[in-house]
Amino acid sequence: MISRPFVAFGLFSIALVSIAVFAGGCRQSADPNAVEILNVSYDPTRELYKEFNRVFAEHWARQSGQTLDVRMSHGGSGKQARSVIDGLEADVVTLALAYDVDAIRRKAGLMPKDWQSRLPNNSAPYTSTIVFLVRKGNPRGIKDWNDLVKPDVSVITPNPKTSGGARWNYLAAWGYVLKRELGDLAELHDPNSADAVAKANEKAREFIKEVFQHVKVLDTGARGSTMTFVQRGIGDVLLAWENEAFLSIHELGPDKFEIVVPSISILAEPSVAVVDKVAERHGTRAVAEAYLKHLYSSEGQALAAKHYYRPRDAEGVPEEYMKRFPDVELFTVRDVFGGWEKAQAEHFDDGGVFDQIYKP
Amino acid sequence: MKRTGNVRRSAAATTESRWVRRLLIGVSLAFLGLFLMMPLAAVFAQAFSRGWEVYVRSLGDHDALSAIGLTLLIALIVVPVNTAFGVIAAWAIAKFQFVGKSLLITLIDLPYSVSPVISGMVFVLLFGRQGWLGPWLDARGIHIIFAVSGIVLATLFVTFPFVARELIPLMQAQGTEEEEAARLLGAGGWQTFWRVTLPNVKWGLLYGVILCNARAMGEFGAVSVVSGHIRGETNTMPLHVEVLYNEYNITAAFAVASLLALLALVTLVLKSALQWKTAEQLAPEEQGYTGD
Repeated sequence: MISRPFVAFGLFSIALVSIAVFAGGCRQSADPNAVEILNVSYDPTRELYKEFNRVFAEHWARQSGQTLDVRMSHGGSGKQARSVIDGLEADVVTLALAYDVDAIRRKAGLMPKDWQSRLPNNSAPYTSTIVFLVRKGNPRGIKDWNDLVKPDVSVITPNPKTSGGARWNYLAAWGYVLKRELGDLAELHDPNSADAVAKANEKAREFIKEVFQHVKVLDTGARGSTMTFVQRGIGDVLLAWENEAFLSIHELGPDKFEIVVPSISILAEPSVAVVDKVAERHGTRAVAEAYLKHLYSSEGQALAAKHYYRPRDAEGVPEEYMKRFPDVELFTVRDVFGGWEKAQAEHFDDGGVFDQIYKP
Repeated sequence: MKRTGNVRRSAAATTESRWVRRLLIGVSLAFLGLFLMMPLAAVFAQAFSRGWEVYVRSLGDHDALSAIGLTLLIALIVVPVNTAFGVIAAWAIAKFQFVGKSLLITLIDLPYSVSPVISGMVFVLLFGRQGWLGPWLDARGIHIIFAVSGIVLATLFVTFPFVARELIPLMQAQGTEEEEAARLLGAGGWQTFWRVTLPNVKWGLLYGVILCNARAMGEFGAVSVVSGHIRGETNTMPLHVEVLYNEYNITAAFAVASLLALLALVTLVLKSALQWKTAEQLAPEEQGYTGD
């Protein structure tokens, strides 16, 4: 008979857990005039979308009369894609590279195959590139990619396995060696210089291996690396998104850091997409599409430029923003690596080049 | 009075010289000061580095309030459930003999030994869209992972040994005689529980509840995996601290951190008070037993 209280306790806890799980599980909004979307993004876009969300909510209220609440989730691009695949209810994703968006399509089938052609410019409304952030006065004299492997230089970059930015860093360094060895990247597409290309690729592999021997801390996301470099004071040079480097200087003062632009770098195209299956279930397709389209408007482009992303269309973007972006020779993943799918399989998948050269 | 007498006697019994004693005490105090007090002081110093106004504003921010609310909600669900579970498990283990008892004890300890990240991942594997139950739940529009439910489950998992672990040795030491006596005297199940069992273990139980609560509020690893990090929705206080820190919002990050630290300190004070009370409560009993 003594067990009666315990049976009651057991039933009580089971009831409490079930209520908590199922009540929390079923989300529904009561107000038909309020709409909510979730934008799952990568690390360095926090400041951009904070402002863009407010601007777009006003735009949407004028256009449709609905009050819009855009929720944000930030993290390393690869990790964020993984979360969406595992069930994070993103109406739109704004990730660091097309490959991560494509992973959502391949692994969870949440959008059609042609997602990238649904919006202009390969669904990348703004671009960026990879630059170096060094400590004030550039005490190590870092000017270009080859200075990263000078003795005693310690490099900070996130992990290419989890971070989109880190993959751009890696490919930018690789492209630099190809250009140095071949003189002209057009050689890559010349069948007569196959031998030279193979040799250049071998050199690039050696170079990347050496760069990663200089890496002290591999964080999971770009923002984590930035914090390691600027807040914790570790490392001599941070390989960073141009926008992230500008932001660090803006937030922490130009008296502490400076930007070094290498001789050549990569054109980074962060991709955006509506997650069709989720948006349809939430009934948010219209607002999600309008949200992404607004990134291409002059208002969206100006905001991107304000937050240190290179706009696709400089028309209507204030000159003071445009003059911040230095001229630099940029190559694309498509030109040099034959697209993201190929680059990913060759370099970053399990057993790929990165796994072969990086031994922690 | 009696205690200080004990301490004196035992102190006199050691053979170390005064200097060794002073050195050892000095080292432990310096160590505590360096690795515990200084970081704690740093948290509060950072939090208030830009004055009260900024501090209050940081905590009054919509996302911060939502994180505080969520953390309290989680504790409010998790602590009662794990208390009930802990009492049941401790009762079963202390008062019954059955096959697989030692296995049960080992299993209760599992969350202690498993990394919190794994604890979180387990739920993604079970309830994620690609997980075992994912498609079934998805078809019914029920979302567990990346929602409050997932955070509740992960926290439940991580904190479930705390109460049971406190109660098992206590109940085992006490045996079943008092309950049997109560039954013989005609008490019902509930009556026996409220009048005999509960008063016997109440301090140990409270201690377990406090530890459980502290962990439920402070858990980072497991919650981080299942949260999805949606601002103002699924960010608990520890996660919100990380978000703020990563946004160069150092003062606000430490303001929220100081609130968490404050909760921890209150918990610690409560714990010490209880420990003291428990010791007082146990002392006469022990004397009673030896007197027999």
